[in-house]
Amino acid sequence: MSVTTDAITSLVVNGVNLEMVDRGQGRPILFLHPGIGIDPAAPVLGALARGGRLIAPSHPGFGGSQLPKGMTSVDDLSYFYLDLLEQLDLRDVMVVGVGIGAWLAAEIAVKTTERISQLVMANAVGIKVGDRETRDIVDIWAIMPDQFNELAYFDPQAGKRDYKTLPDAEAAAAARNREATARLAWSPYMHNPKLKGRLHRIRIPTLFLWGTADRILSEPYGHAYCSAIAGARFETIERAGHFPHLEQPEEFARRVLAFANAGVPAKAKAR
Amino acid sequence: MRVYHFTEQPYYPVWNDHDGSLRVNLPNRKLDPKIAGDLFHRFYDEWLLADELGYDIMLNEHHQTATCMSSTVIVGLSILARQTRRARLLVLGYPIGHRPDPLRCAEELSTIDVISRGRLDMGFIKGVPYEFPASNQNPVGVMDRFWEAHDFILKAMQSHDAPFNWEGEHFHYRQVNIWPRPVQQPHPPIWSTTGNRSNARVLGGKGYVMATLGSGYNTRPLYDAYREGYIAKWGKAPAADRFAYLGLVAVADNEQEARRRGELVAGYLRSSAIVHVPFRNPPGFLTVEDNARMLKGQTAPRSFTKDGRPIDMHHGSVQDLIDAGILFCGTPDQVYEQIVNFCEYCGGMGNLLMMGHAGFLTHEDTVDNLTMFAQQVLPRLQAYKQPVAETVAA
Repeated sequence: MSVTTDAITSLVVNGVNLEMVDRGQGRPILFLHPGIGIDPAAPVLGALARGGRLIAPSHPGFGGSQLPKGMTSVDDLSYFYLDLLEQLDLRDVMVVGVGIGAWLAAEIAVKTTERISQLVMANAVGIKVGDRETRDIVDIWAIMPDQFNELAYFDPQAGKRDYKTLPDAEAAAAARNREATARLAWSPYMHNPKLKGRLHRIRIPTLFLWGTADRILSEPYGHAYCSAIAGARFETIERAGHFPHLEQPEEFARRVLAFANAGVPAKAKAR
Repeated sequence: MRVYHFTEQPYYPVWNDHDGSLRVNLPNRKLDPKIAGDLFHRFYDEWLLADELGYDIMLNEHHQTATCMSSTVIVGLSILARQTRRARLLVLGYPIGHRPDPLRCAEELSTIDVISRGRLDMGFIKGVPYEFPASNQNPVGVMDRFWEAHDFILKAMQSHDAPFNWEGEHFHYRQVNIWPRPVQQPHPPIWSTTGNRSNARVLGGKGYVMATLGSGYNTRPLYDAYREGYIAKWGKAPAADRFAYLGLVAVADNEQEARRRGELVAGYLRSSAIVHVPFRNPPGFLTVEDNARMLKGQTAPRSFTKDGRPIDMHHGSVQDLIDAGILFCGTPDQVYEQIVNFCEYCGGMGNLLMMGHAGFLTHEDTVDNLTMFAQQVLPRLQAYKQPVAETVAA
């Protein structure tokens, strides 16, 4: 891969320096990464960039992106991303989120879809489905890394990283990702109790993608989430778990771009 | 020197009956409430004895653990505030960053100060990693909560003429006006603990008593960081009474018996780290830099002997623990020498937090341990002239 295709650019939004991948041309696709962050060289980014201008930032506090004081919730992040869309004057955006990134996508979309025309929610967290004594989402901070890989991946080997030989900057990014995820999702655990009651406000075409081997989340959880958004479609991706964009990058991108091409034309909304 | 008698009030009967974790997730069915009651009474009896023998008293709390049944230290403080007569009552500590309601903390502590007639020492702490799954407080940013709770509690204790308002980042109150107010003015003395130099410097700037535990012959750099912070703020070196150190003590009239007791009290160290692994380092508990080093397997040893040999305090032998200054063990003369050597190394250490009971030590052994130390070591430590390090060690 050449230097230019996976180059990381930086962008300052509200005084916050973000690292991000910005590649490809055409209709904007905003990719919102899950709690484990995003590797700028991840194959899925190249595959998505074939279908438009792919913008994949590290969220504030993740990877090498700055963390402004007081940004402690997914709600805070959603306002930040609305500012980003405005600053770049992006329109007709397809927002694609995975895991916590999908939660973030929903939090953005319930506020306004003025600049957003399609939504892809992959193995999304963010809402409460079960009763108060039933955990919807495995407590990732109560299990060992190997157990996490067993539950999160179709092929647990895919989740293994040799941290001992990791360059310092990548080790620091991994440590920041872990801390940043807990900042957002420690309690209430991985959800916003208010979000489910707001999902009806999402009236743009929405696709749920679900890696079927995900045992951090259940597929019924995904169906419950999907059914709260009018007209949303639910599709599964085989041989993938909680991170289908990593385990099946080509298939993931193919589904996303097929949805983009088949999508209803962007709503012409007045500002 | 002052010496505080401390026990974690362990439920040790199950220490060899667990599935890899004594904390957080060990089912409480394993605790027999009748036996727990007997143990509590026993530990309070030992504290009452300590009060008579001339010790001060330290209590703490942990949660959901067989290593420490004191899950709300306010109960222990309340009982001892009424039942003891002279000892200072140190809580080390009160995990105020975990508490949902610092107003309640201020009320509890003020009440204990009043009932004890001004004998409370308030140790505010961050809490060990395993407290977070139990309290469900977010480990990320816990020190921000800690300092706001600290500021609020002190303001509540020192405001006497009109209710005040508090609309902070973490806590919101109206009409704050605690009854009773504390008897010690302007508020009971503040203590804290730390294991890192930057926090030690902060505590020095505030002039609070700083305690360390398990730091052995790795304590001096922490004390020196405190001294730097203290001197920068106050323009003079801190006295030895600003420093405290938690050490296990096993004393007997012959070395063989002392070593036998040493083995029993070391059971505390050998049990204290038996915790389900994911609970040992919740996200945000350590800094990003420390976590990045841990990911890469670069974890610095914590305890060292005087000659720089690293010691694993959870698995080391009694001799290792003695060499590392974690356990003071031997005849009264030997124990006195070990403690004084440690104080000299520290450049002054004025408060020994003595685990006079720990681990599997029986009541009879504990009574003997406390009595012998009180009669043959404590008077000499009280008379001992502490060094006052003016500058940091090289």
